[in-house]
Order: sequence, then C-alpha cells, then structure tokens
Amino acid sequence: MKKESWKELTIGTINLEAGNSVRNKTGTWRSGRKPQFIEEYCIQCFFCWLYCPHFAIRVEGGEVKGINYDYCTGCGVCSVECPPKEKAIVMVKEEIKLAERSER
Amino acid sequence: MSTLKTLNGNQTIAEAVRQVDPDVLAAYPITPSTAIVETIAQFKADGKITGEFVCPESEHSAMSVCIGAASAGGRVMTATASQGLALMWEMLYIAAGLRLPIVAAIVNRSLSAPINIHGDHSDTMGARDSGWIQIYSENCQEAYDNFIQAFRIAEHLDVRTPVLVGLDGFIISHSMEVIQVEDDAKVKEFIGEYQALYPLLDTKNKMTVGPIDFTDYYFEHKRSQLEGIENSPPVIETVGREFSQKFGREYGFFEEYRMDDAELCIVVMSSAAGTGKDAVDELREEGKKIGLLKPRVFRPFPHEKIADVLRKMKAVAVLDRSSSPGAFGAPLFTEIRSSLYDYDQRPKIVNYVYGLGGRDIMVEHFKEVAEKIERIADTGKVDEIYGYLNLRE
Repeated sequence: MKKESWKELTIGTINLEAGNSVRNKTGTWRSGRKPQFIEEYCIQCFFCWLYCPHFAIRVEGGEVKGINYDYCTGCGVCSVECPPKEKAIVMVKEEIKLAERSER
Repeated sequence: MSTLKTLNGNQTIAEAVRQVDPDVLAAYPITPSTAIVETIAQFKADGKITGEFVCPESEHSAMSVCIGAASAGGRVMTATASQGLALMWEMLYIAAGLRLPIVAAIVNRSLSAPINIHGDHSDTMGARDSGWIQIYSENCQEAYDNFIQAFRIAEHLDVRTPVLVGLDGFIISHSMEVIQVEDDAKVKEFIGEYQALYPLLDTKNKMTVGPIDFTDYYFEHKRSQLEGIENSPPVIETVGREFSQKFGREYGFFEEYRMDDAELCIVVMSSAAGTGKDAVDELREEGKKIGLLKPRVFRPFPHEKIADVLRKMKAVAVLDRSSSPGAFGAPLFTEIRSSLYDYDQRPKIVNYVYGLGGRDIMVEHFKEVAEKIERIADTGKVDEIYGYLNLRE
C-alpha cells in the first residue's frame, strides 16, 4: 500500500478510517510464543473470547474454534483465563524467521 | 462601552475567562496562579459561567482533561505555573501533537530546586519545544488582551495549535492595575463561535484520536504538526490588527520602544520591560541613543522581523529571565543571535541573565547594561558575552 506524504495526513494524527486493522495485521507483533487451541478440552465458556484484547479468538457457528494468528499478539491472556484443569489453550514455542515475518 | 476596573493579573485572566466562557475549564491551583482557578470556581458557583469546571488531582490530570475535552469538541482552557506546568510536560506535547487549540494562562514562576514561588521564565522556557505558541505579557492589560486573542489564534483553521499566555508571577499576577475591561458582548463577538474539526462526540463519524505510529508514519505526522505553528504568524498579525481595530490597543510580534534612531538596544520580555522603558527614558535624557525591544511572541519566534530591527544596531544586550544550563547563552539570546547570523552587518551582542526566583531588576541594572553595551559599541570589543545582573559575586 502506498504510504501518504505528510501533506496528505489528516490534522492532529486523526485516523478517519475506522476498522482499518483489517489491513494492519497485529499478529506480526507476536514474538517467541503462540497459543495453541486443544478443541477436546474446550468447555465453550468464551472467557478467551472475552479477554482477548485483539479479537483474535476464532468463532464459527457460535463455537470457539481456535486462534486467528493474523491478529494474535501472543500475549497469553487467553491461556491464563482458560478455566478447565486441562487447559484448552496452551502457550507453545514459536519461531518466526525475520524474513518470514516481513512477508506476513 | 468598556469599563475601567482595578484588578490584579490573576483577576484579569479570570475576568477574560468569564467573558470567553469556555466549554470546559480544568485546573489545579498552584502559587502564584491559584487566584485564577479560585476566581473561576467562584464564577461557576455564582452561575456567571456555563462551562464545566473540573478540579482534577494534579496538573498532569488537568492537562489530560483539557486534551480529552478538546478532542471531544469543546473550547477548553487551563491555568497553572512552575511545577504545575512541569508536571504537565508530557501532556503538553500530546496537546500540540493532536493539534488541539487549548489555551493556557501560565503565571511564570521559577522551578525547584531550591523551592521558590516567585517569578521567572524557567517554567515556560522549559516548555519551549513542546509545540505550543507562546505569548508573553508586560502588564495586566496585556495579559487580558493576550488571553482573549489566544483563543482566536489557537482556533484559527490554519493554526489549530495550543497557545500559552505568560504573565510574570507576583509582579503581574498579584499587582493591582487599572485595566480596560471590554464589554462581554464585544469580547464574545471578537472570539466568535468555536467549531471543532473532528469532535469525538460526533458519533456518526467514527475515528481514532491519538493512534500509535511506527517508524513509517511518526516522522510524517510530526512534520504535519509543524504546519500549525508555521502558519500562525499571519494569523497572529491579523488577530492583533483586528483587536486593535475593535478595542484600540495594538499588538504585534514585539514592541519597539524609542528605537527610531537607536544605536544600542536592550531586549527584554514581560514585566521587566516596563522598568527597562523607564531606564531608556532616563538614558535618552542624557542623550544616549538607546532603545528597547520587547518580544511578545516567543513561539513562533519572529526571527526575520527581529533581525531586521536589530541588525542596524551597534550593540545589543539580550536579557533572559531563565538560564539554559550548558547552552551557549539563555533561550532568548540564542534565538536572537542565531537570527542575526545571516546578515553581514550585525551588532555585537551580549547576554545577561536576571531576576531568577523573582530577584528584582531595577532601573540601575538596566543602566549598568546600557553602560556595558555603550562601551562595546565604542571599542568594538566584547570581553564577556554572558553575565548576570544583580547577583552577589
């Protein structure tokens, strides 16, 4: 996407394009670890969905189905809040090479 | 009809606030600006103003309230001094970066340590790179007039930048003066209706205020911010002219006092300029060709206009009421010296720091300065480029 010159920017840093993070994938911030969804342990409590700061919990047909890694920053809140003894979301190691990151 | 009233500096600001009646006033009291906040609170209690009056827990919060209220779309003001302005520091940059036309009355006072409640310019000079327009006042009348003009300047569509109006602690804030208070209706007519550009309360148009920028946009946004203050000189000029047409008192970027045939000049801002003018009168009677230049607008600095006056002088002394540790001279001096650099014909120029922590500056001190620059003009030699006035050596 072409980046604007300073003359084309709206006054006062205001961003008039609501919802533009559809294009800006915050998942590129993730560093070193990611949540992994284990469907068989999920009790469908939606705590992860409620707590996730980036709306990165994938919900399909009214059920939690996993993680949207395009927006997941790897903060781990979902895993901490997941209530079952056998957690349905666990944090696992993730290695991303810098070259791959820039492509994402 | 305007009326003559006997008011001190704080009361004149409060009087202007009552007339402007902003949508939101948020302030935390601090000496010597407390009476501004106190009087506004009284006005609010008496039903003389309609705006929301917010008493936050600190100056940092006061400026934060101003930023929130201005983003929401309101006309907003605050008042503070010294440590209060220092505590606002990070929020000052945000107000400027978001291009919010907030107006602040700053009663100039020294900064700790040591603790001191008296007047000098350390506070606002510390904020000189925060992106705010800075206007300084010599007396109560100027404080009143500047404060009213500040709204017009800040809110102009080409500018949309916060403005602070400085008045010297105690010397102006607590000294009674007979001032011309203009009619409420005329003041309201002069400042006009405020139209916010992108108010957050406009829920039909969703937007983000204060987003994060990475390396790809921060630089462009900061460059874009500069447009406001860089567009402000013609606006400051027009507002000053319209003010003089309506109310009869003239305002420009600086005042020249007895400069017509002057060869020597003393540059000094704010209340000390009054004493300086008395000194110049006495020296003129002795036949000295000396004048005084009193900068009113410090940010944006009117470098071309000031250089155009000063370059013809033989010697100039710049008096600063603050110091800039480790710099080559105090703030006003470095601006002026730099302004003169491009001219082949330029004066010898020296810097004196005076009045820190409210230390008096008297006619005799101005005469001391006059004597020094006269000798510099005669001999063409500068022995000491940087010195102090009325300091025990």
